[in-house]
Amino acid sequence: MGLTLVEKILLKASGQKELSSFVYPKVDFCFGNDITAPLAVKEFLSYGFNSVFNPNRIAFICDHFLPARDYKAANNVKTLKDFANRFNIKNFFDIEKCGIEHIFLIEKGLVKPYNLVVGADSHTCTLGAIGTVAFGVGSTDLAATIKEGRCWFKVPETIRFIYKGRLKKWVGGKDLILYTISKIGVDGALYKVMEFCGEVISKLNIDERLAMTNMAVEAGAKTGIIEPDEITYKYFKDLNIKFKINQKLHSDKDAKVEVIEIDTSKLEPQVACPHLPSNVKQVSELSDIKINQVFIGSCTNGKLSDLRVAAFILKGKRVKKSVRLIVIPATVNIYKQAIKEGLIRIFLEAGAIVCAPSCGPCLGGHSGILADGEVALSTSNRNFIARMGSPKSFVYLSNAAVAAASAIKGKITHPERVI
Amino acid sequence: MIIKGKVFKFGDNINTDDIIAAKYLDSQDEAFLGSKCMENIYLDFSKKVSKGDIIVAGSNFGCGSSREHAPLSIKGAGISAVIAKSFARIFFRNAINIGLVIIQLKETDQINDGDLLEIDLKEGVLKNMTTNKIYKIEPIKGFLEEIILAGGLMKWIKSREVEDTKRKS
Repeated sequence: MGLTLVEKILLKASGQKELSSFVYPKVDFCFGNDITAPLAVKEFLSYGFNSVFNPNRIAFICDHFLPARDYKAANNVKTLKDFANRFNIKNFFDIEKCGIEHIFLIEKGLVKPYNLVVGADSHTCTLGAIGTVAFGVGSTDLAATIKEGRCWFKVPETIRFIYKGRLKKWVGGKDLILYTISKIGVDGALYKVMEFCGEVISKLNIDERLAMTNMAVEAGAKTGIIEPDEITYKYFKDLNIKFKINQKLHSDKDAKVEVIEIDTSKLEPQVACPHLPSNVKQVSELSDIKINQVFIGSCTNGKLSDLRVAAFILKGKRVKKSVRLIVIPATVNIYKQAIKEGLIRIFLEAGAIVCAPSCGPCLGGHSGILADGEVALSTSNRNFIARMGSPKSFVYLSNAAVAAASAIKGKITHPERVI
Repeated sequence: MIIKGKVFKFGDNINTDDIIAAKYLDSQDEAFLGSKCMENIYLDFSKKVSKGDIIVAGSNFGCGSSREHAPLSIKGAGISAVIAKSFARIFFRNAINIGLVIIQLKETDQINDGDLLEIDLKEGVLKNMTTNKIYKIEPIKGFLEEIILAGGLMKWIKSREVEDTKRKS
């Protein structure tokens, strides 16, 4: 019986000859953010530990409530900074130097294909887009990993999703994952790995792949993964990040997996309706959903290619008067590049507001909280009750093109209707 | 250990935003987080809970964000155990790691809001005192049992460190 890519990496990291059902492997890297890491640090210190497993393999990325929205948020950043100083952890990133953790870690070259990574954030699975085995964990897990360099796991089963067919214009990774979640449900991949492959995936750029692996957790998955290929290696080359891969790993053909095939040829852009990411409709089925706010950003769709498509649609047009359009580039580097390409000017001239890189309103933290009864279309990943503010607000999820088109019309709109 | 308490019943897919809203995540204080538990989906939840009460829910309890503040807030509200058809994976591991009792039970539909439950964890028996039904609970075995018996992941690591030091000296 063969092994999947995830099983091979777990086996190697566990130092076992044969993979058991439960492992306690060494990790290559671990990280947390300004919400989860302060709790980890508190735990770590309360047990009187005075060493970390490897200061170069730990990162704190402050991205959730930043720039500090109040003094409590500021104190949490300070807690992390003090801890990083004390234990010589150089990968401490305050907001002006980074952006949203999952996108930033890849951009910075801190995580690489075939690494085993744990992050105290549920969207750690995003890293699977570059072939990293990345598991979201909690704060105590992070505290323990900072100390031990190891983390416990049940070895997960795998569902292999094979995407076949063509992709219509305006349809990308976000639509594929929303459609997939709608088919299997929010616990359809509970505890399992979602392995994405097939001719459609092999043509997707890394930004589109990131949107897919990002939302694996929205189907309950342990992680999502896409095998590294030439597109992956070119992506790192373009970022000028160099690393050596000793051996390219693949999932074996005879590995034990459940297979689900998806034909993509007829898919339109997808929209998740309140209040679950699985409550998905084709965009044309939603003809009269008026919106008060559009958010283009987050670890799902705040990347350069998302900003490019949004700017392409918004160029020379105006955001509907009744709509707030909030654009947040995922990282400082993406922000710089967007300025260079003239995208930020297009957003501002269309009537959008552009905020500093962070998670922003995605989790109702700051920079665009919804009032009672307000309706938002967001490129982020969750539309739970009260996720972006009032318990009486409503959140729809889409790709960046639908979001931009909808901002112009003031209601949920197919991009082809404004081009 | 015997747990006895009144049931607070919830449905499927209770997410961690439901359990504790993101705006409170700048706190690490169990009592404060407990006072805000379930705020957006259950009016005055924390005021209605008496110490020892039990949450009973459907499938995929604790889905969404990884925030450990969620199981902490459940503990802080005075809840002694969560029983659900299934748990989301990060919530599951967080609960094990911090010593919140979680029990997987297929038959949660048979348990109603307000029922009185008695759980004998050692014997693996759950008694519904209101309906007089008895259920068998599958015990957690192996490595996770070790963590639970140690009182949580950090205590487990600490105890190993202490043993290590003893061996070396």
